[in-house]
Amino acid sequence: MLVLIPLLPLLGFLLNASFGRRLGKSASGAIAVGAIALSFALSVGAVYRLVQLPPDARAIVQHVFTWITSGEFEAGFTLRLDPLSALMILVITGIGSLIHVYSTAYMHEERDAEYARYFSYLNLFAAFMLVLVLGANFVVMFVGWEGVGLCSYLLIGFWYQKKSASDAGNKAFIVNRIGDFGFLLGVFLVFVQFGTIDFQEVARAAASLSPETTFGAMSLITLLLFVGATGKSAQIPLFVWLPDAMEGPTPVSALIHAATMVTAGVYMIGRNAVLFSHAPETLAIVAIVGAATAFFAGTIGLVQNDIKRVLAYSTVSQLGYMFLAMGVGAFGAGVFHLYTHAFFKALLFLGSGAVIHALAGEQDLRRMGGLRRELPITYWTFLIGALAIAGVPLLSGFFSKDEILFRTYASGHTVLWVVGLLTSLLTAVYMFRLVFLAFHGERYVPAVGHRHAEDEAPVVPGDHGAPAAGMDRSGHPHGHGRPGERLHDAPAPMALALIALAAGSILAGYVGLPHALGGSAMLETFLEPSFTIAGAQDSGEPAAGEPGDSHAAESGQALELGLMGVSTAVALGGIAIAVFFFLRNRDLSGRVAERFSGLHTVLQNKYYVDEIYDATIVQPLHIVSEQGLWKGIDVRAIDGAVNGVAQAVGGLSERLRRLQTGSVRAYAASLFLGVVLILGYYVWR
Amino acid sequence: MITPTHYMLLSAALFIIGVIGVMVRRNIIIIFMSIELILNAVNINLIAYSYQLQDVIGQVFAVFVIAVAAAEAAVGLGIILAFYRNKETVNIDEMNLMRW
Amino acid sequence: MPPGISLSDFYYILPEIVLTAGALVLLVVDARLPRGSRALTWVTMAVLLATAVSLVPFRNTDVEVSQGLLAVDQFALFFKVVFLVAAAMTVLMSERYLQVEGASFGEYYFLILCSTLGMMIMAGSIDLISAFVGLETMAVSFYILAGFIKPNQRSNEAAVKYFLLGAFSLGILLYGMSILYGVSGTTNLRTMATVFVGHERNPLLVLAVILVVAGMEFKIAAVPFHMWAPDVYEGAPTPVTAFLSVGSKAASFAMLLRIFVEGLPSMDADWRLLFEMLAIVTMTVGNVAALTQSNLKRMLAYSSIAHAGYLLIGVVAGTPRGISAMLIYLLIYSFMQLGAFAVIVMMRRKDVVGDELKDLSGLYHRQPFAAFAMLVFMLSLGGIPPTAGFMGKLWLFGAAIDAGYVWLAVIGVLNSAVSLYYYLRIVVFMYLKKETIGSEPTLSPALTLTLGVAVAATLVLGVYPGLLFDLAEASARTLGASGVTAAIR
Repeated sequence: MLVLIPLLPLLGFLLNASFGRRLGKSASGAIAVGAIALSFALSVGAVYRLVQLPPDARAIVQHVFTWITSGEFEAGFTLRLDPLSALMILVITGIGSLIHVYSTAYMHEERDAEYARYFSYLNLFAAFMLVLVLGANFVVMFVGWEGVGLCSYLLIGFWYQKKSASDAGNKAFIVNRIGDFGFLLGVFLVFVQFGTIDFQEVARAAASLSPETTFGAMSLITLLLFVGATGKSAQIPLFVWLPDAMEGPTPVSALIHAATMVTAGVYMIGRNAVLFSHAPETLAIVAIVGAATAFFAGTIGLVQNDIKRVLAYSTVSQLGYMFLAMGVGAFGAGVFHLYTHAFFKALLFLGSGAVIHALAGEQDLRRMGGLRRELPITYWTFLIGALAIAGVPLLSGFFSKDEILFRTYASGHTVLWVVGLLTSLLTAVYMFRLVFLAFHGERYVPAVGHRHAEDEAPVVPGDHGAPAAGMDRSGHPHGHGRPGERLHDAPAPMALALIALAAGSILAGYVGLPHALGGSAMLETFLEPSFTIAGAQDSGEPAAGEPGDSHAAESGQALELGLMGVSTAVALGGIAIAVFFFLRNRDLSGRVAERFSGLHTVLQNKYYVDEIYDATIVQPLHIVSEQGLWKGIDVRAIDGAVNGVAQAVGGLSERLRRLQTGSVRAYAASLFLGVVLILGYYVWR
Repeated sequence: MITPTHYMLLSAALFIIGVIGVMVRRNIIIIFMSIELILNAVNINLIAYSYQLQDVIGQVFAVFVIAVAAAEAAVGLGIILAFYRNKETVNIDEMNLMRW
Repeated sequence: MPPGISLSDFYYILPEIVLTAGALVLLVVDARLPRGSRALTWVTMAVLLATAVSLVPFRNTDVEVSQGLLAVDQFALFFKVVFLVAAAMTVLMSERYLQVEGASFGEYYFLILCSTLGMMIMAGSIDLISAFVGLETMAVSFYILAGFIKPNQRSNEAAVKYFLLGAFSLGILLYGMSILYGVSGTTNLRTMATVFVGHERNPLLVLAVILVVAGMEFKIAAVPFHMWAPDVYEGAPTPVTAFLSVGSKAASFAMLLRIFVEGLPSMDADWRLLFEMLAIVTMTVGNVAALTQSNLKRMLAYSSIAHAGYLLIGVVAGTPRGISAMLIYLLIYSFMQLGAFAVIVMMRRKDVVGDELKDLSGLYHRQPFAAFAMLVFMLSLGGIPPTAGFMGKLWLFGAAIDAGYVWLAVIGVLNSAVSLYYYLRIVVFMYLKKETIGSEPTLSPALTLTLGVAVAATLVLGVYPGLLFDLAEASARTLGASGVTAAIR
């Protein structure tokens, strides 16, 4: 039964991949949407069955077949549905279905074959993502982990004719490789340390140990796993690929680079909560990296001019929140935020997609404005998304974000709490800057003979997102979107998805209504069994700051209410700032930018991270390999290498290549030299 | 008195000469002859050991080596001839179509 | 009948006899058929099939025949199956290639069958003499095959290089063998193992081991004895390259295991250390050098060098589990490597050589099935689940950990992560680049069959690797089952 959930999208992929070009758009769209929708229905059924079970026995395991057996090592292709994966599959198939529906309209301009290709990738992605979250051991998870990566590259580079798109695909690929190094090594050490790769057994084995006080094996394992998570979930220092990944079609950004795949790192930590809570040193690192990323990405998001890039940095920032929650041991809160974030971020991306669609590919905020009247559905739904992410009370983002901040404060990380609060302010400001610039004010009219707004923003070298380059190439032939023309609001399938997600953004939070507001924190209670190990005499009770004790609960609730007030004030303050600068006094914001032009430039250039990577890693390695090692020989540029490690290895590779001179005598000499070297080693030993 | 050890030293010397020949000579035919030298070093070694051990297997081995070397020579010369037809040279250093 | 040879000896080498007879029949048929007749392909396939069928009676035997020259056991059986599968796929993909190149079928197929015969003898040999004869039967056939396209200068050059270096390495190998014979007084590997029990370490013996290692490592293309491989792989006709990189490598591994595990178990401290170092260097150099290659055949040559490194891990582990992991990996490797070469063969048209990376641009749009097949092979070579390559690597590295070589496994994992870069670059070219000009690559029925079989095997073995395990484990156990080896283990 469980296996059907990922199998259906896989089937959709197979159909569209094999017959897509002959099917025509409506058929291939119907197959893809049908596959994911059926999968959603099955997921709902499975979760329903799960909920019927008593809370401490909530797990449905399906052993599909035994994959590998070898001595004591055994790995089955086993799927396991527990509260955590239940939530994940609902998000993936539910939001996934909406995005599939949306895509049927969004991608309508593509040729039949391209359309089918797009949907086949999208289905394949869903299948792998479901395998990732349903897998009962590291190997099955790894299948999904690599699979979603592959689909992500294929979709980022979907418009392969565009060089920036295939470059972005490459960049995502290389950065993710570094993360995967860590993840694989981590899995490997798990096996060496515990002799099993089953999540349950690893957790049980870890639970029997006491938490590490010094940096030991479990800290190393969790740190390596976390390196994998930083790659997939775009955290410092491996976040650079995500903003570039916006080169892909917008629904892809919504599904993969906002709602699902990028949260895989968070999910993975949640899945190994017991292991992580036994490695407090790693947890501290996770929390700090999370908070730093949240703040850092928030500041960058403040000054970006590409609508999708703002959202991309916002995603990085929100993912930072989730890691912060994981790091302070509030696994439930982190996953809660993952879940609400999936709704409002998917909504925001789809909304931006509707704007881009209406404007025939325009993505620059400075060339939008005044869209409120012409795109009412888009505007209102987008506004709901923005309110939710900003943390305005009664919307979903408020509950989850507040839970994280409260848990951070309650666990004594006051500094991190302040950072989180500041980020919350930033979030409100950049989101409403986006709303005001795009939807309010006057329609942008291009000045004659002055096509670009270069004078407004310094052109950033090496920045793929420099205004015009970042256009979504949908190539809508009937060129709507010229000023003065009437713009089309989202067509029916797109509007449907937007409205459904908007409803979700409002309501999704209520399943996790905290005790302080008279709720029962249902979601977190539901998730709790996934983060602990049933029946184990756990000497290292996970650091999840459960305000369990009744006498503590009273003061805890008062504290929580107080903190809620603070963050509400911050969120509203942020919106007020945005109103002041970007709605009322637009030129003032320009003047402020001028006044702090240094800071503004730094932010605009994303703290020069790409440039710093280039200057500190790529260039020196390049110079060393070029000048030091084999100066004078023509160095062939290495194809598409964007990354320092790749460059260094590439240089080495070139050198090895040059050893291959083609001369038989040299080859014979190397053969004999090998013998002499080995002999020499034995004599010397 | 000439002992098997002397033969083995001779064989080692031939082996080294052959190896050096392969590495320093440019003419493909001469390289090939150097390889034959190595194979003969092997044969001398085998027969010397065979004599020392009073065991006939070594000689059988040597006969096989000789037979196989003959087959290899036939094929090898054919290949070299085909190369010569195309390139009009037997200089090994002019063989550089494939590298890097 | 001469003394020492009995009729049963002939019975036990039935598969070899069938193959030899079939090869001779093929030559006769070739003379009778009109030139360029496609029927020869199917005659060759029939010969291979007959050989495979003749293996059936020996699926459970474990005997020594011809006075200890050959062993007919499950270890040999496993390898013989690998060779026959590889040969069959090579023959299937050769047809189109030979047509495009305008080369004659008869001698070509005859040589493929001869080299297969050599491989089968290598896998069964438990005597230095028979191993050497098998090795040469295989190698001489390959010398000719590499230069088979006579008017083509590259093919020519590849043949000369392979021949000269191969003969040179043979000399080194034989010199080592002669010393081995001198020290032990026997050429039979199993007798040798008993002779060396309790034998004190002798410098001459160490020299012999090093020379034999060098000779064998040349054949499996391990660093630093690998230099011939990229050039020869690039120049040789593509199907020959495929067969060379799979069949020749597998046979050499079989022979290597026979020599070291069966013949020299008492020296295992020495050769394990050696293979450990060689494995690390080979994996790393192979993968790193592959990164900047733009010629597909060269890239796959380096990739095959790297794979020799992975396979050596199994030898280092030396446990039945390590060896069975190696056998499994070899079979899996055969499918994915042959499949990848079949795609390159498909790219060869009248007007396009088709072995450059850029030739694959936009393949997805021109030949979706071929592109998908190549995707599967690349993922498998890179070790990404759910393909067979992942399972194979998991097993190999797992065996290494089991035997206490954790670092070797870690280096292996890092290496496979590096290798993904160049494997997936091929995928990027196929799926994410613009189409290039040139005539459309087309699939012939034989090529489709090859690709289909390879894809199916790569995926099925990835999902149900259990199919192979019992077979491989049983095979690994028969190796060195004679008392001495087992006792020393």
